[in-house]
Amino acid sequence: MTLNQQRKLKTFITGLFAWTIALVLFFPIFWMFVTSFKTELQAISIPPTLIFEPTLDNYSEVQERSDYIHHAFNSIVTAFGSTILALIIAVPAAFSMAFAPGKRTKDVLLWMLSTKMLPAVGVLVPIYILCRDYGLLDSKTALVIIFTLMNLPIVVWMLFSYFKDLPKEILEAARMDGATPWDEVVKVVLPLSMGAISSTALLSIVLCWNESFWSLTLTASDAAPLTAMIASYSSPEGLFWAKLSAASTLACAPIVVFGWFCQKQLVQGLTFGAVK
Amino acid sequence: MKRLTKNTLACAVSVAASMTAFSAFAATEITVATVNNGHMIEMQKLTPAFEKANPDIKVKWVTLEESVLRQNVTQDIANKSGLYDVMTIGMYEAPIWGQRGWLQAVDTSGNYDAQDILPSIRDGLSYDGTMYAAPFYGESSMVMYRKDLVKAAGMEVNDRDSWEHIRDVAAAVNDPSKGIYGICLRGKAGWGDNMALMTTMANSFGARWFDENWKPQLESAEWSNAVNFYVDLLTKYGPPGSSSNSFNESLALFNEGKCGMWIDATIAASFVTDPKQSKVADQVGFAQSPISVTEKGANWLWAWSLGIPAATKNAEAAQKFVRWATSKEYIQLVGNTNGWAAVPTGTRTSTYANPKFQEAAVFADAELKAINSANPNDSTLKPSPYVGVQFAAIPEFQAIGTTTGQMISGSLAGSMTVEQALKSANTSADRQMRRAGYY
Repeated sequence: MTLNQQRKLKTFITGLFAWTIALVLFFPIFWMFVTSFKTELQAISIPPTLIFEPTLDNYSEVQERSDYIHHAFNSIVTAFGSTILALIIAVPAAFSMAFAPGKRTKDVLLWMLSTKMLPAVGVLVPIYILCRDYGLLDSKTALVIIFTLMNLPIVVWMLFSYFKDLPKEILEAARMDGATPWDEVVKVVLPLSMGAISSTALLSIVLCWNESFWSLTLTASDAAPLTAMIASYSSPEGLFWAKLSAASTLACAPIVVFGWFCQKQLVQGLTFGAVK
Repeated sequence: MKRLTKNTLACAVSVAASMTAFSAFAATEITVATVNNGHMIEMQKLTPAFEKANPDIKVKWVTLEESVLRQNVTQDIANKSGLYDVMTIGMYEAPIWGQRGWLQAVDTSGNYDAQDILPSIRDGLSYDGTMYAAPFYGESSMVMYRKDLVKAAGMEVNDRDSWEHIRDVAAAVNDPSKGIYGICLRGKAGWGDNMALMTTMANSFGARWFDENWKPQLESAEWSNAVNFYVDLLTKYGPPGSSSNSFNESLALFNEGKCGMWIDATIAASFVTDPKQSKVADQVGFAQSPISVTEKGANWLWAWSLGIPAATKNAEAAQKFVRWATSKEYIQLVGNTNGWAAVPTGTRTSTYANPKFQEAAVFADAELKAINSANPNDSTLKPSPYVGVQFAAIPEFQAIGTTTGQMISGSLAGSMTVEQALKSANTSADRQMRRAGYY
């Protein structure tokens, strides 16, 4: 086998492996999409029905029963609101830790990450009581605050990882030109980090969009996001897979479209630091 | 200056008048937390009729998955958050929460006709003679079987057959090579899943959860006989993976034509006889639950009901809604709108007396018989201190029932013997009861 053939074979095997993983990951989403066009009886049939007459009944049922726009609006406000808030806090925090690290910076970073190791249910009662006492139950404000705190460690870590790889000489040059710390952040670091910030923001939005524990616990009707809408289609007595699939497809659609448009930033952001 | 004062006064008066007028027409909003099932969704769709009759009340709905609903309403009511004005609760919660003062008594005055509610359901939702939740739909358990398969096997299924006979029918019908299993039963762990069926079986085998001194009785010979019979029956004639099946999984199997018999909630009758959902809709027969040494507690009793938390700020509007949703008039409205086979059953005597309902629901007689035969105040052969057929209405039962369910599900899956399962469950129950101060 020549070197060229070996290279081609390697490329083929790598491609095959990547496609297999991609298909395995994509299959549940594809199946959910297909099931949403089946009747309930077709949805549960064993072996699964592959050829069937598609129906839009499940989508019209979801439209009739749930206020999709209301839930989608709540998801958008809470996901984007908490991401913006998290970035406002995280950018200066990551900047100071990357460019002016103290003795305990590493400890602080590790401590921040360790909060992610605590199961959410461990703080359920105190947070619920705080929300009740401050009148924040079933409000978007509560979700924005919780989501911000929930994602802050990841956002800070991602930005810190990128900032610390920026050449310090650039900041020194800016300082020589009379730039204040504010100018350094706004006029130097941020323009250089737009890719990292975009991908961090996108990841935070996706995590908020998919969050269900706090959404289900702290909201009722006014602030319930799309995850709460999906949960309402699970039934203890009766078939529900087709309707649940339709509700899930509708809930996933906006974030999938958003992710599709932002995939360039996402890939760029996720691979930052990988190649120098 | 005088003119300015006059104008200011006029403005202030008109603003005040508009605000008064606005508040006079501002609707009271009530939030109803409910579980997702057919009857509840229908109620949601028919709510405009209530709002039309009560223009000062607006209803907001929160539909949740059953376990999430339980968690959220318990949290809400225990913390007096006032997030929900009406909540869907079961027969287990109503008397316990009523006793603790967490629920308002249901207003049964005037033309509500509480005497029309089936006595066993009314008793199950009451504490000390006061009804703390109004039943929206009620259910018991019964046998649903494939008439064609049973006939072809030369067997019969009748009311109150013995469990041994049911096993023989299951054996005769069982044909895994054709994808048909003799019997489908709940196996998934949970106090409301496998333990609902298991407790009714154990009751009919003469078992009880606790003795008169609240000592757990899971190591008794009666429990052992019942659980051994159940595990043996499902292992030999049940579908593979029974230990993870509950209502919906069994419903899917039955509707696909893969079960010869299915013993479960009477509400299933409306699903398995619906040709849109079931491939065997025209072949389903019904019979009362099987028994062993006693009929007592052989079929369960449950009602999804509407309760009003004590902390609600909209008690009057909530009472109006609960009275409407659980009234005879509401059942009439559903019958006229969606057909009589779709009305919520298991609550009122008048529903079963209605000729239109009798004609539309082939399962009506079997369902009424099952519900009427269940007595939550006398469900065990030996005396017991608790209320409830398939549960004991004490706060500790959820944990005890679920732990026992996990053990029994484990023995069904083959990870431990029945004796080991019951011993572990009894030890755990004993610890919980001791800690709770029962003895």
